[in-house]
Amino acid sequence: MDIQLKRGLLDVCVLAAIKNEDSYGYKIIKDMRPYIELSESTLYTILKRLENASMLTVKTVEHDGRLRKYYHITETGTRRIEEFRGDWKEILSIYRFVVKEDTDE
Amino acid sequence: MNKREFLEELKKKLSGLSQNDVKEHLDFYGEMIDDMIEEGLTEQAAILKIGTVEEVVSQIISDTPLTKIVKERVTTKRKIKVLEIVLLVLGSPLWLSLLIAGFTVAFSLYISLWAVVISLWAVFASFIGAALGSLICGVGFILGGNNITGVFVIGCGIALAGLSILMFFLCKLATKGTAFLTKRAIFGIKNCFIKKEEA
Repeated sequence: MDIQLKRGLLDVCVLAAIKNEDSYGYKIIKDMRPYIELSESTLYTILKRLENASMLTVKTVEHDGRLRKYYHITETGTRRIEEFRGDWKEILSIYRFVVKEDTDE
Repeated sequence: MNKREFLEELKKKLSGLSQNDVKEHLDFYGEMIDDMIEEGLTEQAAILKIGTVEEVVSQIISDTPLTKIVKERVTTKRKIKVLEIVLLVLGSPLWLSLLIAGFTVAFSLYISLWAVVISLWAVFASFIGAALGSLICGVGFILGGNNITGVFVIGCGIALAGLSILMFFLCKLATKGTAFLTKRAIFGIKNCFIKKEEA
């Protein structure tokens, strides 16, 4: 998939992975795996970007005698997912246009 | 390679970043490995899954913005010695004015390039003005009974109108060319900085 396109989608995917309950790095990757492949280092960048954009907050929790970072979606993050729903309609109509051009030729 | 070795190696390779950033990366990968082990993977398998240190580092570098890399380099890599500061301050009348002069020359060259373009457009405008003027005057001469002069002036007007059409295309070409040069120059400057950083 085109890198730029994937990049935009991954942000929303990660937000969706923490939408219902707070989650941690490894679980996010695991939950996303059936839908989209994501490497650990890519996830780090996305989490950092989303944190800087105030779309999520980070909380360190003790787990089994070690520390684990949990990511919590913010109001802004939830809004981003909502926006994506709107965007998607536009993307779909662009997709239809592209496909139509193909069959016309 | 076990977890400790992996993180040690990663720490060494990331030494160009700020301490805080390095710690965050190490925490992240440490947690990741621990979670994989908790899932049932062996330490080796978990590290294998994450990839080699080189792969991780190259990913981190490509994800870190250039501005941040430059900032880290300038601020943490080496401290400016007192002597250097003194020299910088003492030398400022020289290097500062040279720097300003350099910028000014480059800037004025650029401005003069656009000045040529603007003057070409001015010529174009004057052609149109003259053409219109000639046509009106020619009509005036004819109405005043001076037919030969009138026809001559109208002819001049039409010739000028024709020239102005040619002039229009010349102006457009010059504007496009200068805009293209501007784009190239900006690209060149950017390229210079990135290359320097890579070196």
